[in-house]
Amino acid sequence: MKTLAELEAIRKATLSRINMRTEEKSETTRVVIGMATCGIAAGARPVMLSFMDEVEKRQLAHVQISQTGCIGMCRLEPMVDVILPGKEKVTYVHVKPDMVPRIVAEHIVNGRPVEEYTIGAAEKN
Amino acid sequence: MKEIALHLLDIVQNSVRADASHVDIRFLLGADGVLEMGVRDDGCGMSAELLSRVRSPFTTTRTTRKVGLGIPLLMQNAMQSGGHVDIESEEGKGTEIVAYFVTTSIDCLPLGDLASTMASIIMGSPDKPEFAIRCASPAGEMSFSTENIRPVLEGVSLAEPGVVQWIKESLEEEIEPILGGIMK
Repeated sequence: MKTLAELEAIRKATLSRINMRTEEKSETTRVVIGMATCGIAAGARPVMLSFMDEVEKRQLAHVQISQTGCIGMCRLEPMVDVILPGKEKVTYVHVKPDMVPRIVAEHIVNGRPVEEYTIGAAEKN
Repeated sequence: MKEIALHLLDIVQNSVRADASHVDIRFLLGADGVLEMGVRDDGCGMSAELLSRVRSPFTTTRTTRKVGLGIPLLMQNAMQSGGHVDIESEEGKGTEIVAYFVTTSIDCLPLGDLASTMASIIMGSPDKPEFAIRCASPAGEMSFSTENIRPVLEGVSLAEPGVVQWIKESLEEEIEPILGGIMK
């Protein structure tokens, strides 16, 4: 059984992690997932939860996961934008949960976008 | 959509966009196999005119495009099972949308992963509104509310990955015994 005591422990662990976070917004990496009707129907929910799992697993303090609406390219959903501080936005398309660990490891942690998953690669075909 | 739970994830965004402070979600499974999925909010509500055309796929409040498929797709899947969708709304008071699914029908979608949907909903709108969910069936009843766990968190966001995970796992445990029979 999940208990409120466990939640209290999670709160404390999270607080210490938040304290490590730099105050500056410019240090934050943003992960934005399309969660409108089209994104949800295409499978955005497990993708978002996979990002959450990876961030929790690796204890990444500086990553913020958020949702956005439909941006009009429904055929490319699930779409995920990754914005590293000071870098240009990278858009991943047709994202599946099993692609998420690679995006987190190679792009968010090591700063090298996974080219083959990006909208640029998808639109070339 | 492949799951009833995905419709919930989609339809709840309407309540969030309506600037609701409270969203009450219910899943009530009767002994006759009819599942009632209700979403009631205290958001801005709709005028009679908007309510009259809200079922149309060519109705949307967004300005970027002319289509909105959330409600039409929900209606399609409810009706396909032999059920239907009711929508009531009053401007300034809020909206209630209730979808009925006949789960004994071969054409009914599975309920799907309701715990993941709730985790996603809360993660997407961690500060406002407050979400409450109640599930009931002949096998039992459970309820959960973000309002009840907020004091324990003392200001830590509900969107923190550790918190979301706790919500998801705790809902999985509680919902399974009640609605497990229609999840897949």
